[in-house]
Amino acid sequence: MSSTQTPEQQADQGHDNHPTPRQYVNIALVLAVLTALEVSTYFFEFGAIAIPLLVVLMVVKFLYVAGWFMHLKFDSPIYSRLMYTGLAFALVLYAVMAVVTLFDHAPMI
Amino acid sequence: MATDVATTTLGIDHRKLGMWTFLGSEFLFFGAFVSAYLLYLDTTAGGPGVEIFDIPFTSISSFVLLMSSLTMVLAHHAHTKGDLRRMRLWILATAGQGAVFLGGQVFEFNVFFREGLELSTSPFATSFYILTGFHGLHVFVGILLLGSLYVLSLTGKIKANQDVKTEMIGLYWHFVDIIWVVIFTVVYLIPEIAVLD
Repeated sequence: MSSTQTPEQQADQGHDNHPTPRQYVNIALVLAVLTALEVSTYFFEFGAIAIPLLVVLMVVKFLYVAGWFMHLKFDSPIYSRLMYTGLAFALVLYAVMAVVTLFDHAPMI
Repeated sequence: MATDVATTTLGIDHRKLGMWTFLGSEFLFFGAFVSAYLLYLDTTAGGPGVEIFDIPFTSISSFVLLMSSLTMVLAHHAHTKGDLRRMRLWILATAGQGAVFLGGQVFEFNVFFREGLELSTSPFATSFYILTGFHGLHVFVGILLLGSLYVLSLTGKIKANQDVKTEMIGLYWHFVDIIWVVIFTVVYLIPEIAVLD
C-alpha cells in the first residue's frame, strides 16, 4: 500500500471486496426469515427448546448484521476485536452482577 | 480536505478506528442496562410485569428497524459508487423507518404508562424504561445524523468521494439495530415465553 494514499483512497480500495446490493438483499431476506422464526416461538409451542432456539437465532442475526452490514467480515480484524472486547466486558459485568445478587439473596447461616 | 486525515500506525483509517472504539464502549454501556433489567426482572413490586408486552406489535417495529439496516447499507453502497442521488434516497428511507420505530416506541410507552407501568413503579419498570429509552435516544440521534448527512450531501458539503462519512453513520445505525436484536430477544421474547410456560 502506497504511503501517499489518503485514508479515503484506502477505504475506496477496501470496498472492492464488499458485497453487492443483491447479496445485501439476500442477507436481509435471511434476517427476515430468522425474525419470523423468533416471533413464531410466541405463537406456537416449542417446549424446552424455545429459549435455546431464541438465543441461537439472536446470535446468528447479530453475526449476520455485524459481519455483512457492518462489514466486519471484510474489514480489518482490529474492528472485530474492538467489538468483541466490548461484548466480553458486558458479559463479565452481567456475570459479576449475577453473582453479587445471588450472594445478596443467600440465606444467612 | 482529504490530506488533513491521517492514518493510524496500524494502517487503517483513524476515523473508523475511533468509531469502532466508541461502539465497543457502547456495547458495555448497553450491557450494563441489559444486566440490570435481567436482574430486576422479577421485582415488579405488585405492578405490571412482562405480561404487559405486546409481542406482535413489537415484532413489527423490530422488523422495520432490521430492514432499515438494509436501506442504510444500500445508501453506503450507492455512495461508494458515487451515486449521491440514490444515496440520499436510501438515507431518507432509513430515517423514515427509524422514525416509524421511534413512533412505535412512544406509542408502546404510552400504553404501558396507562396500564400502570410508570418509571418509578418498580425496579423492573425502571430498568425496562432506562434500557429501551436509551435505545430510543440512540435511534433519535441516528435520525439526526442521517438528516445531517442528507442536508450536507444536498448542499455539496459531502462529496461523492467521501463515502467514509456515510460508512461512519452507517456503522452507528447498524449498531443501534444490532442492540435491538439483543433487546428484542432478551427483554421481550424470552421473559414473555418463560411467563407463558
